[in-house]
Amino acid sequence: MDVALEGVRRHYGDVAALAGVSLEVRTGEVVAVVGPSGCGKSTLLELVAGLQVPDSGRVAVGADESPAARRSACAYMPQRDLLLPWRDALANAALALECKGVAKSEARRRAAPLFERFGLADFEDARPAGLSGGMRQRVAFLRTLLAARPVLLLDEPFGALDSITRASMQRWLAGALAEEPRTALLVTHDVQEALFLADRVALLSPRPGRVLEELEVTLPRPRSRRGVVAEPAFAELEERALEVLGT
Amino acid sequence: MRRAALSILLLAGLVALWQGVASLPSVDDLTLASPAETLRALADDWSLLADNARVTLVEVLLGLAISVAAGLAFAVAMHLSRVLREAAYPLLIASQAIPIVVLAPIFVLAFDYGIGPKLAIVALICFFPITVNVLDGLRSVEPDLLKLMRSLGASRLQTLRKVELPSALPFFFSGLRVAATVSVIGAVFGEWAGADEGLGRLVLLGNNQLQTPRVYAGIVILTLMAVALFALVALAERVTCPWNKEELPA
Repeated sequence: MDVALEGVRRHYGDVAALAGVSLEVRTGEVVAVVGPSGCGKSTLLELVAGLQVPDSGRVAVGADESPAARRSACAYMPQRDLLLPWRDALANAALALECKGVAKSEARRRAAPLFERFGLADFEDARPAGLSGGMRQRVAFLRTLLAARPVLLLDEPFGALDSITRASMQRWLAGALAEEPRTALLVTHDVQEALFLADRVALLSPRPGRVLEELEVTLPRPRSRRGVVAEPAFAELEERALEVLGT
Repeated sequence: MRRAALSILLLAGLVALWQGVASLPSVDDLTLASPAETLRALADDWSLLADNARVTLVEVLLGLAISVAAGLAFAVAMHLSRVLREAAYPLLIASQAIPIVVLAPIFVLAFDYGIGPKLAIVALICFFPITVNVLDGLRSVEPDLLKLMRSLGASRLQTLRKVELPSALPFFFSGLRVAATVSVIGAVFGEWAGADEGLGRLVLLGNNQLQTPRVYAGIVILTLMAVALFALVALAERVTCPWNKEELPA
């Protein structure tokens, strides 16, 4: 399912968050949106997720523009893991299934195989307080996958992690997206993360946000970090992105 | 462990001070019973005290049960309906501004001499901390978490059951802790307004009849009752919300 934004504007009172954003995510494509803090990236995702409506412009997921249809087509992963502290890891991931009306024990049963596949085996019964930041983020991502929606919306999924954990989580996510291909829109402030994970990178201006330029990343996914570092085209893209973003 | 030892030491010190003051020649035995006299009254009047304590305990527990049921129902209703919340909140506050001591005789007139007015008074003072705390708890859920539930397609009832009510559980217990301690006071007020039995009545009667040691013995039992209830609630909280203590500061 594809995502399309056309001339999307969004204001909060007098503050303009987005000033006419146009962006397209084709079916099966991973698009990253990169921009400085406060450029309206999170607003952009919430608009696509159907949690907000634009002041003007068009937001469509598939053929449907209604917020309700967008909500049921998108799985949204917010910046913080937002795991429920009283549930163990498996029950936290299974929450997505419970919200669809699946009974608790059945939801756990169905979520369990994903824990094996995505490196969380033996952590099923751990409470969030007993998990590392990276582990919590994995559980939150599995919860997003279990919502079983065609479109994934990831809001700075690794923003709160230290750089070592973040690098390993980026590899993990690249692998996960290879195994469970989805249309994905990823928001980040990290240019390298965007280039490593995405097919296309949209560069956003400071607030009010609009798309300054889009960069195609032609290397096939999933990429290895070593392969990316050795690739001169990758360094050029990074150079270009930083230039456009004005740093 | 060390904290418990310190508390016991402090308590022992206070009891010693009490004994010292009571033993002063200038202090009349009728004005102040010493700890030793109180202990003797506890032993001598044990069956009388125990019978009446049982009556008061039943009033306290039933009154608490009513306030928990009503408080939870009311808090959830106020949480779900903004109209009800805005209309009822001032009334809820006002219900606490009414001096209970004055209400007690009115309740006795309305509900007669039996257990009714005692339950009404206990429930009335316990209702407030429970309702207000549970309501705060239900509303304390982060907006981002509610957003997440919405994006997962959760219904209003699912969000309430899976997120809001569990989040409110620690708040409920802080309300219940307060309620547990004031519930005993409520029962005593209720009995003072008119009763045939109960520790509150026994204390009042003993006071009139100048049986000072028995009065003190009654007070000691009432205090222990409140402390025991508090401890029980704290224990229940630790059992039902283990994650609340495990949670590391962010």
